[in-house]
Parts: sequence; structure tokens; C-alpha cells
Amino acid sequence: MAIWIEEDAKVLVQGITGKQGMFHADKMVEYGTKIVGGCTPGKGGQTVELQGKSFPVWHGMTEAIEATDADATVIYVPPPFAAEAIMEAADAFDSVKGEGVIVCITEGIPTLDMVKAVAYVENRPGVRLIGPNCPGIITPGETGGAKIGIMPGHIHAKGRIGIVSKSGTLTYEAVAQTMSIDEGQSTCIGIGGDPVNGTGFIDCLAAFQADPQTEAIIMIGEIGGNAEQEAAAWAAENVTKPIVGFVAGATAPPGKRMGHAGAIISGGKGTAEEKFEAFRAAGIACAMDPSELGKVLLESLKAVGLR
Amino acid sequence: MNIHEYQGKSLLRENNVAVLDGVHCTSVEQALSAYDSLGSKVVAVKSQIHAGGRGKGTLYHPDSREHVMDGGVKIAFSRDEVESYANNILGNILVTIQTGEEGKLVNNLYVEAGCDIAHEYYLALLVDRDNKSVLIMASTEGGMDIEDVAHNTPELIHKVVVDSNAGLLGFQKRDLGMALGLQGAALKSFGKMLSNMYSMFIKEDCAMVEINPLVRTGSDEIVALDSKISFDENAEFRHKNWDDLRDLSEEEDVEIRAKETGLSYVKLDGNIGCLVNGAGLAMATMDVIKLYGGEPANFLDVGGGADEEQVKTAFSIILEDPNVKGILVNIFGGIMRCDIIARGVIAATEALSLEVPLVVRLAGTNVDEGKKILAASTLNIHAADDLAEGAQKIVALIGGDE
Repeated sequence: MAIWIEEDAKVLVQGITGKQGMFHADKMVEYGTKIVGGCTPGKGGQTVELQGKSFPVWHGMTEAIEATDADATVIYVPPPFAAEAIMEAADAFDSVKGEGVIVCITEGIPTLDMVKAVAYVENRPGVRLIGPNCPGIITPGETGGAKIGIMPGHIHAKGRIGIVSKSGTLTYEAVAQTMSIDEGQSTCIGIGGDPVNGTGFIDCLAAFQADPQTEAIIMIGEIGGNAEQEAAAWAAENVTKPIVGFVAGATAPPGKRMGHAGAIISGGKGTAEEKFEAFRAAGIACAMDPSELGKVLLESLKAVGLR
Repeated sequence: MNIHEYQGKSLLRENNVAVLDGVHCTSVEQALSAYDSLGSKVVAVKSQIHAGGRGKGTLYHPDSREHVMDGGVKIAFSRDEVESYANNILGNILVTIQTGEEGKLVNNLYVEAGCDIAHEYYLALLVDRDNKSVLIMASTEGGMDIEDVAHNTPELIHKVVVDSNAGLLGFQKRDLGMALGLQGAALKSFGKMLSNMYSMFIKEDCAMVEINPLVRTGSDEIVALDSKISFDENAEFRHKNWDDLRDLSEEEDVEIRAKETGLSYVKLDGNIGCLVNGAGLAMATMDVIKLYGGEPANFLDVGGGADEEQVKTAFSIILEDPNVKGILVNIFGGIMRCDIIARGVIAATEALSLEVPLVVRLAGTNVDEGKKILAASTLNIHAADDLAEGAQKIVALIGGDE
């Protein structure tokens, strides 16, 4: 078991004929991800060569899911069209099989487009959106596994640590830290740092808590908003597995801002200090330096007899 | 992306939100003819900068930093007062609670007709992360420091969450208006104004619209007396007019140049330059430099797919800052390959004849190749295996925390 994405999940690529889509689809196939084809409107019926093998392309997501019974899709569509791609995938998964995972890598989608797309996805309860503006999700396998996104596959190994992070490269850093103490990962998720996104910290924590393969969790936040504080409070009540945390941005200068509305709405200032404080109050073991995540994780594992 | 009050008001006017008559000026002469044309005995003379707190700000001479006048927004009761206020504002530096000590040079002025105010309210529209939708906030406590109101008397801030499918509904406008104590003609005027403002928010891809104060006039009309509007930069591709609204003098020159080459750069006060891929890792790199006793000179994210040329540009931007005494490069290659970064670092070091110490930490895709390339070079480049080691090395090389 892992969360949401099994090692052998069947995956479609939206935007597979584009430069980004093709490059990353190739890397995913190389890693061992079971890519079953892709979508590009207007290019249905064509094929794409990845790692010397031929993959089918459909015009739309409904026909693609009907033909392949895909479990997930990954979106590499440019920002002006990405929200539409999310909604097309949500509609198709919902109507064809009632469930599916949408991973949106695209950076720079207009916020109001995401307001619409997230509401659309939430109206289809079997459908999950991860991202946008994120590295994606990976469930490493014994050999290969399911890498759905842009993360470097080779740094991962199957194991028992669940990782959730707002930031892309910091997720890789966390993965490397687990490897430095000979621990692998169950599933790693980059949820993205955009103001309006799909899956959040609490969704991930709940899934890791319920997942028998996951025995400990690394959670990485960033300054801004109060998702980390809420997740920490939720974890204190609901998560029994050890959690190790880090928050980036302790030295970031207070942003230049205009007006007060943002500060009123979040209640707090969303500083790293506030977030670390919330983590500690919830019993989350904090690393002040991401290079120490491994050490802190090892201590946490030892404390509960897992090492 | 922020715009000035005068630009925001013209946008509000276009969208049928009531604002007072006003004229944008860049000289004292223009301010005087604005006063003549407005036909209002009392006018407001308002500094135009991208920051709040203008009314309580202070103006200083740009060179001597001599005190010129208190208050960046003045009420003038005569032509002479308009002249003297315009003179004191234009070309001087306005320091407010939101500008930082250095303040901002005022190049633009807005001269606006007076108005019969019965009550001042606060109104804001923005995208709320928690509800993942547009949120409207209003309060009877307009004109005040609204953050204090939110902190001390949160019950006086009323909120409405807009369902993106249904849009802003009649009962929501009514409830919000009644919460503000409005009735009759004023309630009707408020509802109409709110519909128009919400439509504008969506149509123009706003990130925030803040009106403080929004006023009810003696004749029960609802009028926007101030306007702070910012746009969502991600939507720039569908708003060709934003180029005309952008005031580049409000942005740091070097930050604009960085953006043009796909880099995200923010200058800071320390002496250790950083070059990192990914915003989160860039912030963490700054945090760790500080943790080991150093001070970061900048935030710099080269993004996910930088090439040799971008690495070189990044180095030259970092080195423009005379305070930089050393540079830490921290790359965790995902899409980005460490060998390409290593070549870029060497090319930049040679081309710019780098004299300050350089520590490079590489990890991820093609890391071994990248490390070999650095090791084979005769340049004075220090390698580090992880972030902590990198930070400790660069702090030690520049002689610690000075």
C-alpha cells in the first residue's frame, strides 16, 4: 500500500505532444511508471515515442480513460489552458469511473481560474487534485514504481516514510535526508505553494495515518497563510505516527505589501516562527536546518522503537 | 502587480462604481488647473505611491533627507494650499508604515473633489486561501487602522464567501449591507456598487481590491474614497492593458532585469550571495546561512530549467551588490542537470573573473558528473556535500559574522 497512487497505477499525460509533456513522460516511462498514453486536443490518433516504445494520443480525456481505464493523469498544459485541462480530467474520471487522481504540474495558472477548477473538482468527490505548481506525487516500488511529475526518480527508494511538502526542491532535499539514514519513502507529495490548490496538508496527513506502509511522516511548509498551523492542530488530535517538520522562510524579509486585507484574513502573519511554534505545540519534531531532517527523523523513529 | 489609486479609480469608474471627480497630475501647474477644473472649493491632494499609510506618512527631501511635510494626503481649502501641498509632495520622498525607512519618491499626484461624508466604512475583496474562493470583508470602522479593528474587535469585521458557480447573490449583498447598518437608498446603492465591484474583480483578474474608506454621503450614495487594487500576475497574458498601468519606477530595477531573464531575485542586506533552484530551497538556504552565523545578501531562484547563460546572468546580478563577499550555490537537480550547472558556474566564474570565495553544493540529477567538472577546474571553487556544510564553509571563508 501507499497513498492514492499504487506502484502500478495507470497514468495518462495531458499535453503529451508538447515539449515539457514529452520530456517528462519519457522520464516517467524510464523510471517505470505505467504510462498508458496521453491527450492533446487536435492530435488524437497520433502516437508518441517514449523510451523506444509507441504510446497512443487521444483528443479528449473521456475517450482516453474509456480506452485505458487510467487511474491518474498528469498535466503539462500551458497556464492559459491548464484549469480547463483539470476540469476536463475531473469530468472524465467522474463520468467514466467515478474516481481518479489529477496531478497538475503547470506553474503560473491565474488564481481565479483555480478557484473555478478547485470548486469543479470538489463537486466530484471521487476525484482528487494534486497541485498545481508542484513537483507531483511519487510512490517508489521495489523496482521502478509510479513517478507522476517532474521529480528526479533515482533519488527515491521504497520505504516507510511519507513526505508532504509545499516546495519542490525541498521535497527532494527531504527525500535525500531519509536516504541518508537508510529509510525509503511510501509516497511523496508536493502539494504546491499556490494560493488556491487541490490536496492540502491535512488530506495527506490523514491518508498517511491510515496507510499501513507509512510509519512516520515528514511535513515541509513555507511562510505565508496558515495551512501549516491548521495541519499541526489537526495532527495533534488525529495522527499517532511520528511527524518531523521544517518551515522555509525564517529569514525572508516581510514582504512589501499594499493594504491590510491579507493580514486580516489569515489572522496571523504566517511567519516561519509562528509555524514552527504551532508544529512544536502539536508535538512535531522540528529541524531548523533541512540538512538535519534525517537526524531528527532518526531520533523520532528511535523514540517510538522503530529503529 | 499593484496600481496607483488614480488608475484604480478610473477602473472603478469604468465599472460603474461611484468615485469622486479627480485629476491625475505630475506637476504643480497641472494640480492648479485640476483645482480650477474640478469646481470644488475643498479638494484632496493625494500622493500616489504603491503603499498604504500615505495620510500618516512623512515627506522628506530626496537628497538632503530634510523634513518637508507631515502627511502625504492633504485637504486643501484654497488654490494657494493646493500649490503649496503639490510643491511639498512632488519630487519628494514619502515614508509610510508600509514603505520601509527608505520611502518612495512621489512622481504622481491625484487631486480629487471634496465630498459630504455621513459615514466611513471599510471594504475589501480578495481570494481567500482557506475557502478557495473570493471573500468580501466589510466593516463600519472605516478610515481607521483596520488591522487593529480586526485584532481588537473582530465582531466588527463582516465576511461573505462567494460561491464561484453561483456568483455574488442578492441575499449576500443585503446581509452585508445590513450588517453595516445600511437601509433604504443607501442599502440599494451598496448592493449595486458591490455587484459591479465583484464583476470587476473577476473580469480584471484582481488579487485584491481594498477601499478604505468607502463612504456613505449625505444623500445616501455609496462612494469609493480610496482604492488599492492589485492584479494577479499569472493572468497577465489576457490583459494587454496592464503594461500601460505598470509603474516600473515602483519596482527595483535589478529585480525587473532578473525577471526578464526568468530569474526571481530579491536584494537583502547581508553579504553572502545565494544562487538556488526552487523558491522553497532558496528560502531554506537563506535560513541555514543565518543559522550558521552568516547573513544572506539576496534571494535568488533560478527556476527549474536554467541554462548556462541564465547561471551567468544570475552571477552578474548577485555581484552587482557591492556588499557581496562570498557566494553559495545550492542546486538540487530535478529537471536541472548538475553537469549543466557546473559548466555554467565555471563559465560565469571565468567570464566575470570572480574574486570572492565560491562554495558550490550539488545534488540530484547527474551530480557525479557535475562534481567531476568542478573538481577538474583550476578555479578556486569549494565543494560541499550538503546544505549545512555549504553554509558553514561560506561563512568560514568570508570570516564569519561581521
